[in-house]
Amino acid sequence: MSYKCVVLVKQVPDTKRITGQAMNADGTVNRAALPAIFNPEDLNALELALQIKDRFGGHVTVMTMGLPAASEVLRQALYRGADEAILITDRRCAASDTLATSYILNCAVRKLDYDIVLCGRQAIDGDTAQVGPQAAEKLGIAQITYVEELLDLKGDMITAKRNIGNGWQEVRAKLPILLTVIDEANEPRVASAKRMMKYKKARTPAELADKSGTKILEEKGLLIKQWDLDFLDADLRWCGRDGSPTKVHRIQSVVLTAKETKDVVPTQEALNAMVHELIVDHTIG
Amino acid sequence: MIEVNTAGEVWVFAEQHAGTLEDTPIELMSKGRELADILKVPLAAVMLGDSCRDLVDLLAHYGADKVYLAEHPLLEHYQATSYAKVINDLIHKHKPQIVLYGATPCGRDLAPRVASAVKAGLTADCTDLQIGNHEVTKTGKVYENLLFQIRPAFGGNIIATIINFDRWPQMATVREGVMPMPEPDTHRKAKVIKEKVTLSQEDLALEILRQQRQERKVNLKASRIIVAGGAGVGSRENFKQIWDLAHCLGGAPGATRAAVDLGFIDRDHQVGQTGTTVRPSLYIAAGISGAIQHQAGMSESQKIIAINNDPDAPIFNIAHYKILGDLNEVVPKMIKAIKEKV
Repeated sequence: MSYKCVVLVKQVPDTKRITGQAMNADGTVNRAALPAIFNPEDLNALELALQIKDRFGGHVTVMTMGLPAASEVLRQALYRGADEAILITDRRCAASDTLATSYILNCAVRKLDYDIVLCGRQAIDGDTAQVGPQAAEKLGIAQITYVEELLDLKGDMITAKRNIGNGWQEVRAKLPILLTVIDEANEPRVASAKRMMKYKKARTPAELADKSGTKILEEKGLLIKQWDLDFLDADLRWCGRDGSPTKVHRIQSVVLTAKETKDVVPTQEALNAMVHELIVDHTIG
Repeated sequence: MIEVNTAGEVWVFAEQHAGTLEDTPIELMSKGRELADILKVPLAAVMLGDSCRDLVDLLAHYGADKVYLAEHPLLEHYQATSYAKVINDLIHKHKPQIVLYGATPCGRDLAPRVASAVKAGLTADCTDLQIGNHEVTKTGKVYENLLFQIRPAFGGNIIATIINFDRWPQMATVREGVMPMPEPDTHRKAKVIKEKVTLSQEDLALEILRQQRQERKVNLKASRIIVAGGAGVGSRENFKQIWDLAHCLGGAPGATRAAVDLGFIDRDHQVGQTGTTVRPSLYIAAGISGAIQHQAGMSESQKIIAINNDPDAPIFNIAHYKILGDLNEVVPKMIKAIKEKV
């Protein structure tokens, strides 16, 4: 039996490489100064989907919601082995919180025939880990979060090992299902040079200067589908700002500084004095 | 979602496994008590399970006025679908204004499932909660006594305060270890409300085949002193110095994610945004550059000693004692100093 997998991915600012220019003076984030990358754990989710396809056969669709520039992560997924890519982009998606995002993704996944939906545990910009379980609930399917190993797929039953923080759990469930995948699950494959040569020309219709090129790209299998909220038949009350119960009250940039820093030279005498000070103020001893 | 209900209670999800209460709901009780007192409403714990009644007294001792107890054989083992269904029903029935969950793997599996079903907001991994007012700039309308859900975002580079003024309940998961454990008051009693649960086998989406929960090898949260090493320690062998310094101080060894990823020490010891949040009396950071993700898990330490040979290491910005030097020379000297003085 082969399996149809849908992988939900996100293009994120590389929060691990934040430098001085990344924060504006008013404490807001200067997104332009941050490189946009494939959310790391979504690569683990893609890898798991590709492994399922390698072992059992099937089809891997990769999907993202974002600005038109997010098509870059879709191309990267095609380089690694995804069969099909879909960009959900619409100005009315702006300011969606996790609830609105999961509603929109759910509308899109419902357009497809699927057995397994996969996504990374969390994205490194928000670190919420909420969109996966919320999308599962909206789709009316079960979820297996924190998947660290796929143990078996037989017929319409999946067995997986999940990390539960202070231990592990092996669970079995019926398809369709949504999995959130952690970085310990696998080592994502690198882009294949051959696929890169082919798919570097993959484009969304919006990325084409000449719309008549759409048909040619489609014939060559190089068209990245682009869906908007009208195509998804989405109820706008649940999308974007209106569909988001959570609002930002305030943003502050983090400036962590100690009140007073003492320089201690690395000599035995100076270290003895420091230890003495810590004993006197009851920090140690 | 439920309507805005300012008379609604403050709820804490009392996560328990096999009759043992997790630490996080206890930590949440102290914050929940504070919020409930400001709002002048009761604090309630919501506990699901099978024969977990014995824990009711404990929840009362830690501050609960009420305990909603949902017991059913099918709730013996936690899983998202069945637990979310029961909590969704309880929220619609009792209309709490605030629902808090620990940001444990279980809480982070459950809370979004509940939020989606209730169609309410949820803020993940809060590090602080407060009550405050929010003014909508455009209209000038003021919403009073909202839950300020405060959390780091963007890899810890910003602190966001999130609110939810119209689609209640206001829900949040709260990071483990950020709220202090309250002192139990063994005289406190709570009113127990037994909830009738209707569940069938179909509500259990997962079949749990095997599971193992082990005690963490180290309890960083409870340690007064933590000696942590980073990638700069260089090797698993060299990490012995970190263990030695921790031992002679009666402290626990900690590590950065980089050191864990390099295999220097087990993940149980990881401090930081994806590890444990700690607030010890003394935190010694050796060979740790001080990435914001690491700082997010230890910056609340009362005293910080940083040892690094890079004068530009960001950890120095938050250190009380800055030791510019090679940790391989500094750590043995510190051990010597401690052994001779203490």
